[in-house]
Amino acid sequence: MIMGNETQVSYLEYQGRYKGIWSWLLSTDHKRIGLMYLYAIIFFFFVAAALGLLMRIELIAPGRTIMEPQTYNGLFTIHGIIMIFVIVIPGMAAVFGNFFLPLLIGARDVAFPRLNLFSWYLYITGALLGILSQFMGSGPPDTGWTFYVPYSVESATSVIWALTAAFTLGFSSILTGLNFIVTIHRMRAPGMKWMRMPLFPWAIYATAWIQVLATPIIGITLLMVIAERVLNIGFFDPALGGDPVLFQHLFWIYSHPAVYIMILPAMGVVTEIFPTFSQKPVFGYGAIVISSLAIAFVGYFVWGHHMFTSGMSYYARWFFSFLTFIVAIPSAVKVFNWISTMYGGAIDMKPPLLYAIAFIFLFMIGGFTGLILGSLATNVQTHDTAFVVAHFHYIIFGGMGFAFFAGIHYWFPKMFGRMYNNTVAYVALAFNFIGFNLLYFPHFIMGIQGMPRRAYDYLPQFETGHFISTIGAFILFTGLIIMVWNLRHAARRGAKAPANPWHGVTLEWKIPSPPPHENFDEIPEITTRPYFFGSKDNN
Amino acid sequence: MTLHQTHTEHLDSETGKLGMWIFLFTELFLFGGLFLVYSIFRAKYSAEFHVAAAELNAFIGTMNTVFLLVSSMTVAMALTAIQKGERKLALFLLLTTILLAGLFMLNKYFEWSHKFEYGIYPGSPVLKNMSHGELLFFGLYYMMTGLHAFHVMIGMVLLSINVVKVKAGTVNSTRFLMLENSALYWHLVDLIWIFLFPLLYLIT
Repeated sequence: MIMGNETQVSYLEYQGRYKGIWSWLLSTDHKRIGLMYLYAIIFFFFVAAALGLLMRIELIAPGRTIMEPQTYNGLFTIHGIIMIFVIVIPGMAAVFGNFFLPLLIGARDVAFPRLNLFSWYLYITGALLGILSQFMGSGPPDTGWTFYVPYSVESATSVIWALTAAFTLGFSSILTGLNFIVTIHRMRAPGMKWMRMPLFPWAIYATAWIQVLATPIIGITLLMVIAERVLNIGFFDPALGGDPVLFQHLFWIYSHPAVYIMILPAMGVVTEIFPTFSQKPVFGYGAIVISSLAIAFVGYFVWGHHMFTSGMSYYARWFFSFLTFIVAIPSAVKVFNWISTMYGGAIDMKPPLLYAIAFIFLFMIGGFTGLILGSLATNVQTHDTAFVVAHFHYIIFGGMGFAFFAGIHYWFPKMFGRMYNNTVAYVALAFNFIGFNLLYFPHFIMGIQGMPRRAYDYLPQFETGHFISTIGAFILFTGLIIMVWNLRHAARRGAKAPANPWHGVTLEWKIPSPPPHENFDEIPEITTRPYFFGSKDNN
Repeated sequence: MTLHQTHTEHLDSETGKLGMWIFLFTELFLFGGLFLVYSIFRAKYSAEFHVAAAELNAFIGTMNTVFLLVSSMTVAMALTAIQKGERKLALFLLLTTILLAGLFMLNKYFEWSHKFEYGIYPGSPVLKNMSHGELLFFGLYYMMTGLHAFHVMIGMVLLSINVVKVKAGTVNSTRFLMLENSALYWHLVDLIWIFLFPLLYLIT
């Protein structure tokens, strides 16, 4: 059954108080804000991906290829800052959280629509500050996205701009998280008890708490680095009695949970996809809920595993290593749940499901190599090598990135009311998957052999690995272009999408595609847990 | 459409307050980072922190504590007054709160400029000649009280907006969420000072 009237004006055509471009820039509609985040993220993603490609071209052969070492330092810094702070941290939550959280819990909007728009503006301001840092003052920042002291205090480049950018983006992230927590607490449809809430909102809920509770720490830390640079206070300067390792602690107290800000919504998205394309209730609903919360909670206490070689007591290292292994358990629980959901289901191998399966594959490689880095002995060998780069990209791009692609292919018909071309989507997926593995897998091997990360040049024995990696980068980039072209084409000329193209059962599929301005004519009454595929109504 | 109406009703009071409370938690964590740094350096340089803290004028600190505590009371009274529909009284109490906040800032101004006269400011030659613990103490002193003073100023702006809104009647006995949230914020500013005061002025 489709609730609501098919002739209702969709949110894409709805004319509010403002016309034209202003109807977007001043819109407080969560769906329009979600799309604005999407467009901004696609734009910045291609900027940062192109920078990454330039880095790969430089590394295709030893010695100088296309740029100077200092340019390379600037590139990996801004690549990291944009990818981390502008794309993956806000990415999932801001795009899919904004668009689908209210739909999935049966609400008409988020709790604070105007604050939501304000967050978007803060986000754009932060992103632009990041771009500006490239052109202001004395050259692009070259500290890496981690801003480690003492270099970030001493570097003559315009680090302050980048710090301010990260601070602003953090503030935006806090406000988004706050908004989502309140939305979930106060706006669920009548009858939707906590344990009747779909799992993407659960993931967003866990994420939002991390956003709210961890982000202020990076805020104050960045402010302290700014104070160090401007006022020469000495918190992190041993010459003045300070402690540089203290910075690392403060930085990772946020930045490790931030990894879960990135991955939890990704897990939430694929958790929506598996039941729909298996036509089967999700396996272990409660286990997924608990594991989301457990990841958010335990993820707070593992930051020290980034610093095993920085100088910490033996017991501290033991503790952080142990907890790192503990936090792997809920992630593994989720993997079992997803696979069990598919087991015995009526599997429909559409692009979203294939992307979700690719996600599991890549995420598991990333997860297992994470344990190698989390073990005290092996960490000493692999710390600060290309192995870390590979692990990190398998989690962030292979995990979060592929889950994002899965999500966009899953919800595209709902967001734009059009269908994309499946064949092209499969081709793009093949390019992405092969290109990705060629690009990053060699880094595992080179890392174990001793290739340092962030290095401009390398010894001849790493030539083959870097060559393969650069080939992979081109394949991946091609795949991304095919994928985005396919979706863009579909958004304009694709066949009209029905309200429920995938036979999903969550609330967003019960309203027209694209959704009307107010989402629901009547707020639905919830009487059961989600993911019941029994009723014929769904088809 | 009754369901929709209950939703908007929530928006007015409970939802708005929940959002404010979560925001206040983020503020606590923001200062929490500084408290953490304080505790680490205090443990490392306790004797030197002791010497440096003796430099601060506990009398001015106490005066400021009194100003803030009383202002917290007046803002709470202003809220009660507006809830009872006593607009004039609410306005008076709000203005008193802003006045007390202004006195706090004035005190802070004199306190800081007094230190500047002695050459005690971040990066100054005098400070560089002091011991590491003293140097870090004053670094923390300026960072913590500076960030706090910034919050006092935001609070003053918020309270001033409330004055305008109470005058215009948009904050009244039935709609007072804005004032309530501002008062919550003001209590937070007060609360943080309650911790800053003993840590910086009293534990010598």
